[in-house]
Amino acid sequence: MNHNHPVFTDNDPQSELVTLNLGPTHPATHGVFQNVLQLDGERIVSGVSTIGYIHRAFEKIAEHRPFYQITPLTDRLNYCSSPINNMGWHMTVEKLLNIQMPKRVDYLRVIVMELSRIADHIICNTIIGQDTGATTTFLYLFQFREHIYEIFEEVCGARLTTNIGRIGGFERDFNDIAFAKINKFLKEFPVALKEFENLLTRNRIFIDRTAGVAEVTKETALEYSWTGPLLRATGVDYDVRVSDPYSSYQDFDFEVPVGTSGDIYDRYLVRNEEMWQSLRIIEQAVEKLKSEPKGIFHADVPEFYLPPKQEVYNNMEALIYHFKIVMGEIDAPKAEVYHAVEGGNGELGFYLINDGGRTPYRLHFRRPSFINYQMFAPMSEGMLLSDAIINMSSMNIIAGELDA
Amino acid sequence: MEETTLNNDIHVKLTERFGEKVTAVSEPYGLLTFVTYKDVIINVLSHLKEELKFNFLTDITAVHYPGKDHGIAVVYHLHNMVEKVRIRIKVFISEQNPTIPTATTVWKGANWMERETYDLFGVKFEGHPDLRRILNMDDLGVHPMLKQYPLEDPNRVDKKDEFFGR
Repeated sequence: MNHNHPVFTDNDPQSELVTLNLGPTHPATHGVFQNVLQLDGERIVSGVSTIGYIHRAFEKIAEHRPFYQITPLTDRLNYCSSPINNMGWHMTVEKLLNIQMPKRVDYLRVIVMELSRIADHIICNTIIGQDTGATTTFLYLFQFREHIYEIFEEVCGARLTTNIGRIGGFERDFNDIAFAKINKFLKEFPVALKEFENLLTRNRIFIDRTAGVAEVTKETALEYSWTGPLLRATGVDYDVRVSDPYSSYQDFDFEVPVGTSGDIYDRYLVRNEEMWQSLRIIEQAVEKLKSEPKGIFHADVPEFYLPPKQEVYNNMEALIYHFKIVMGEIDAPKAEVYHAVEGGNGELGFYLINDGGRTPYRLHFRRPSFINYQMFAPMSEGMLLSDAIINMSSMNIIAGELDA
Repeated sequence: MEETTLNNDIHVKLTERFGEKVTAVSEPYGLLTFVTYKDVIINVLSHLKEELKFNFLTDITAVHYPGKDHGIAVVYHLHNMVEKVRIRIKVFISEQNPTIPTATTVWKGANWMERETYDLFGVKFEGHPDLRRILNMDDLGVHPMLKQYPLEDPNRVDKKDEFFGR
């Protein structure tokens, strides 16, 4: 198959079928995906997915970067929730180095990760609304993604590709403005989310378009290695935060919502409920932070955590550590480690092999979008074209994570 | 490294069934890891799936160790969601003839993971229904994750490890 030209899978002039190139740049696909579909009227007979349009060879690049320079690469996996990727990578390296985080850092991380989970789910759910014709809901809720980005901006200075935190903690403490913005968000977002649900959840048109569409059984979902909200919508209560707690998630009280039929409506409900649960977690984290000693924002590991700049100029140890870290000379054990976090779309795994060099010997990303998306073409067979479009938006496939 | 009881159970059960084919058992960071051979890998995977309840295929990938007899390691990560145990299985295959039976017969989800591994490492999964490149273009001609393909200009000397005392 030549990727530079439209693909015709059916060359029979007598055929009743129509070949449709959905993508690589199609306004309805929200990203660079190509699907060559055979249509019989409005129904899809067969489909072939072509991916790799924004493949940037991150696994190869990562073999040539010291650990701390890999964080910006992880930003660009699922760029709708970069902080989760950043934290996942930091925690992988911390697991390799056997670093224990202070509780306060864990809670700060939980706040950042849950905020980005909300941002991620806002995108997905409002886009489902948008694709079923409800632009209003999209406009109502989408401004809160902006508010979340403002919090990130206050914490780390960046908005979308955040590069937030460092190996060993955060680069700086959350300031008062950040906490004020988090509290404001906690107060305002529930109202908007409730309004959003009022507009969509019992909306006749929305239910007609989504309920019973693209149903997936538990067995099929597990067979295809689905994770995240897609798997939970089919009724499997697998969530990495619960089954394999990281970053002190075991301290929090929250529920894992599950669906029953795995259709688009269930996925929408699961994501909505996850936003409520994320809010609960953030509220608890803010409460827990009050009893933690103030001013701790990184672990006490000078050999792995970059010292403040004024220390570097005035203190010999700090200068040595600074040099070693920047040159990638940290003493990491020769070992291999797998660490998974619950990303916006499912289990985001990092498989890191360190051979004692300046860079990882091998780094592999288990990218949920990549693994979830392989079912799109097979499950589209027999579906209406318009249903396949909302199916794709409800799978929340992020091109950066798909192609790495 | 000392094994936890759960991992120890799995190890004992696997050794009972496959004997000498389960080698190099270790437990880095609590994750049971062992090496097996490509003639039994599908049996091992289906045994783990059917008998030991490792119902979930987390990931398939590969690692290249140039200059060794069997220079490519195909790595499987499985997950038992009920007992919350993960397991890692490695198969070392030859660089000249990198073939291994496909796991798509055990999990359908292995399809794209194996295509990615083929694309990046050139591992040929025998019996795979649709073994084409997935991320790179079809006429790339090389398998770019192999270590002999440099990322940058290979004449560049300022990043060589020997200049940093290694």
